[in-house]
Amino acid sequence: MTDMMHAFELIQPQTLDEASDLLKKHKEDAWVIAGGKDSLDWFKDRVKRPEIVLDIAQIKELHGISDQGDHIAIGAMTTLTEIAESALIKEAFPALASAASRIASPQIRNVGTIGGNICQDTRCSYYRDGFPCYRAGGNTCYANTPTAMNREHTLFEAKRCVAVTPSDAAPVLSVLDAEMVIARGGKVRSVKAAEFFVGPEIDIERMTAVERDKGDLLVQIKIPKTWAGSKQYFEKAADRQAWDFALVNVAMAAKVASDGTIEKLQIACGAVQCTPRRLSNVEDLVVGEKPSDDLGVLIERVASQGAKPLNYNHFKIPLMGKLARRAVGSLSA
Amino acid sequence: MAYKILGKDHTPPDIEAKVTGRARYAEDFRADGMVFVKLLSSPMPHARVTNIDTSKAKKVPGFIAVLDASELKPSKGGAAHEILSNNPAFVGQPILAVAAETEQAAADAVEAIELDLEPLPFVIDPLDSLKPGGPNAIVGGNVANRRGVDFQEIKWSGKDFALAGEDRLPMGKTPIDWQFGDLEAKFKESALVLEESFVSSAHAHHALEPRSAAAYWENGKVHVWGSTQSSSFAVPSLAGYLGMKPQDVVLISEFCGGGFGGKGYSYPVMAIPALMSKKLGGRPVMMRISRAEEYYNGSARAGFQGWVKVGFGADGRVKAIDAFVVQDNGSTGGFWDFQNFGDASSVVFQPEAMRYRGIPVLTNTPPKGPQRGPGENQTANIMEPLMTKAALKLGLDPLQLRMVNSPGGGGEGAKIGAKQTPITSAYLKDALAQGAKLFNYEERRKNGPQRIGNKIRAVGIGQCYHSAGAKGFDGLVRITTDGVLHIHTGVGNLGTYSYMDTSKVAAEILGYDWNRCVIERGGSPANMPWNLGQFGSNTSFTMTRTNYVAATAAKDLLLDIAAQSLGGSPNDYELANETVVAKAGGKSMSFAECAKKAIELGGKYDGHTLDEDLNPMTKASATAVAGTGLVAAAKDKLPLGGTVAGLAAAFIEIELDTETGRVEVVDYLGIPDVGTVLHPKGLAAQVRSAAVMGFGAAGTERLVYDPEYGRPGVRGLYQAKPPSYLDVPANIGASYVEGAIDPHNPVGAKGMGEPVMGAASSAYLDAITVALDGHVFNRVPVVADMIINHLNNQPQSHKPLQVNCQ
Repeated sequence: MTDMMHAFELIQPQTLDEASDLLKKHKEDAWVIAGGKDSLDWFKDRVKRPEIVLDIAQIKELHGISDQGDHIAIGAMTTLTEIAESALIKEAFPALASAASRIASPQIRNVGTIGGNICQDTRCSYYRDGFPCYRAGGNTCYANTPTAMNREHTLFEAKRCVAVTPSDAAPVLSVLDAEMVIARGGKVRSVKAAEFFVGPEIDIERMTAVERDKGDLLVQIKIPKTWAGSKQYFEKAADRQAWDFALVNVAMAAKVASDGTIEKLQIACGAVQCTPRRLSNVEDLVVGEKPSDDLGVLIERVASQGAKPLNYNHFKIPLMGKLARRAVGSLSA
Repeated sequence: MAYKILGKDHTPPDIEAKVTGRARYAEDFRADGMVFVKLLSSPMPHARVTNIDTSKAKKVPGFIAVLDASELKPSKGGAAHEILSNNPAFVGQPILAVAAETEQAAADAVEAIELDLEPLPFVIDPLDSLKPGGPNAIVGGNVANRRGVDFQEIKWSGKDFALAGEDRLPMGKTPIDWQFGDLEAKFKESALVLEESFVSSAHAHHALEPRSAAAYWENGKVHVWGSTQSSSFAVPSLAGYLGMKPQDVVLISEFCGGGFGGKGYSYPVMAIPALMSKKLGGRPVMMRISRAEEYYNGSARAGFQGWVKVGFGADGRVKAIDAFVVQDNGSTGGFWDFQNFGDASSVVFQPEAMRYRGIPVLTNTPPKGPQRGPGENQTANIMEPLMTKAALKLGLDPLQLRMVNSPGGGGEGAKIGAKQTPITSAYLKDALAQGAKLFNYEERRKNGPQRIGNKIRAVGIGQCYHSAGAKGFDGLVRITTDGVLHIHTGVGNLGTYSYMDTSKVAAEILGYDWNRCVIERGGSPANMPWNLGQFGSNTSFTMTRTNYVAATAAKDLLLDIAAQSLGGSPNDYELANETVVAKAGGKSMSFAECAKKAIELGGKYDGHTLDEDLNPMTKASATAVAGTGLVAAAKDKLPLGGTVAGLAAAFIEIELDTETGRVEVVDYLGIPDVGTVLHPKGLAAQVRSAAVMGFGAAGTERLVYDPEYGRPGVRGLYQAKPPSYLDVPANIGASYVEGAIDPHNPVGAKGMGEPVMGAASSAYLDAITVALDGHVFNRVPVVADMIINHLNNQPQSHKPLQVNCQ
């Protein structure tokens, strides 16, 4: 409520090694800031108040998009506008370019980064407001009471917390089998999307494999060319066309035979659980089939199977089905 | 009548500063020695402060002072909106203010204060408070309104609620209850009767500029930089908060970053820097209000829970309306939106009989205040889709049904409200007819809603009313010795530029070249006359009159001076090209020469003698400029024979996505009844901006509360969801009724800034009803999930009368 950040020490490392050393030294006392669109809100509300803030914008190797032969590498500090406008991304991974162009607003995309987008914290308004919920280290979930306002919350995998992934890029990276490169103490490791996004059953206080208290830093996103040039789809259903988080989004990558038969397909939805949700029922259903109205009916039937709606979000069930049907239906175009 | 200046486009004199960033808003000011204030606000919706321990705060480096409620004049009690309160009645209500050398130190000191609160019962749903034994938002009462409803406790009976059931509005005792005509007979003769319960959500003003303020004291006067959409009208209310005389308050209000009705007059938090400055011996104090604080301490449009029964003849004529509104009044005096439901319905539909009942119920939610079309716009949003529903049931075209009822052709015989009094003019039927032609309505509507794949294209119509004028305010103009006309205005800089548009009347009457006119504006230093607040629709009508009477007074003085100087009588002269010339030819005297002569003559000619009936503010301003030229101040005593009816119609075409619930506006036309157009570009900007605001009110914006904690779920723009520029069509059509004129205004003008929003929002909602084959949600806004649930035969998440929910 204050709109006035606490006092902190701002450090702007020039190299990755320097940043890693600082993170190793300060661990959970340090907070990495990328575009700042998530971090500064936390600071202004004084809900999060790290002593050290690392602004990593000066580290050159964290910027840019490059073709690495078998994969495309995207620096974590690459802006969403750069991704949306990249000819390389648009050609190989149009779903990612499309998702990047639907995140937040044009102004935010000019400073918001892909790393920040997939690492941002959940937008549960109770948690953001400083309620001492499970995710904030407390012992209850305020968004999952008999009267809670939870229109934007989960359909699946609640596990004490009903917050959802807010990222539009996350489901795309999930279906493209992306890997996230994380630096820790001078070493790097690659984490597949399926393991990168973390649900409350693994750790309720973080949403990704990046562990602040261990000095982790997301440095790069590698997207293998497995799905480059495949038929891809992204759609976001939201209240507004800009500066809004998805009610549900869908991402798909597919390979289709010349006769229209779906040979291989990966599809995921965001904003329905804490992590991007792969629609394995849909994937199992459509491979070997050709898009059709009959198939569409079945897609709608299975897309949200197992959903456990909360007070205000059962509309997401048909919405998931429709978006999944549209995604697969796009293959017949 | 052909005008030289009115009806032409002119560049507002403040626009360059706005687009270059040179404009200075309240929080842009800095002064030597300035200190900064932060507020400690209530985390609870209703509580009593039992202890405040500031000992740790005082140890924060840079701490200067605390100001709390005990240092202010005692509260009037009841639903009074207190500046600082030890009995907070909504989350975010300021309890105390802390001053420090820096803003950060002030925030640190606020955090260091230990505050003990005793939680009190709270209520966010008005119906809960009306239940027997239901909680009161304020200790001792649950009903109040600043217009005509004293603070009191009203509870309805268990039987009232049992009779209604869960889905229909219970209807108990109300403080407002009026009727005209034989309601029962008119319902009996109706071919169709619709009866619906409804909800209209509260939603925030969220002006881009929060209500930051700064102040200092000097020579017994307080100087306040404030964010207000009105200039002169804001002074007395600010003086009231400070316990001072208006003449001791210097208000600087050159720019305002949006008000939408929420800054029509001063508001409690605006007083805090002045009060803190006084405590600090006059030291400059800055208080920056955060976006979240703006959502708590700004104001919001009142929500409604209501019921309406409408009887229609077979031809669509509205025979009878029986309406009942429960208003979510917030925890303060609120605004009389609910009463405007009655007036607005009676004007737009001209029912043959009508009953209206209303009750404003206090809740522990942020203060409610007037927002663009307060009450009238909610009325349009509820009533217009019902008109289309009725038309479809009666086998009529929705336009045809509206044309049967709407007042037009000047409004002869049209009536308003409980007493069925006249209105000054009405061209709503003409707006519908002209708009339908411009929008190509018949062609678009011909085949009904069009299904295109997963989408439905549909056309909707909206109409709206707002009272649009007053009398009794003052004008002040001055001709200096260089011949330049100075038009003093107390109209604020809301962003509509009506301070300029209304000033043009003075130049028109005196025959000036607009380039030789200066608008004196920006607050007290501009020596303002007493003007009505910048209440959107009211400004055009009211301050064209004040400038007309002041310019007419100046004209009389010019003719008088010429007669005295050149011989003959004033009737022998006329004005031409900034010169007084003899009608017979030969003799002339420039305005500049007249101004010099006015100073020489003194008295009534240069402002040293003034009419007694002028407002003290006008007298003080005229006295301040007395002797600088020819000074003319006058009070508007022109006749006014009815309620000024601002009216507007709108046409819209939408594309509704049946799978995602998204509503895309494909095309739109707003067409208000404005009488004489003062400023074509300004008018078009109002129509377009109102459309954007209306689409948000209809489709996305609402306040949300957790009912268990009384916690607001909207405290940021991304949660409040006003439309972005990507949510509206690139081209929004703007027109106006050709040939309209208001005979009660000397230049035929009247306002329309408010009804064009209600016309837009109701057209949007009407089109959804058309797209869904006559289905009416009876709830505003209609958000995507409501459409999805409806089309998938799922129950809605909310109960029919539930409020403040998602």
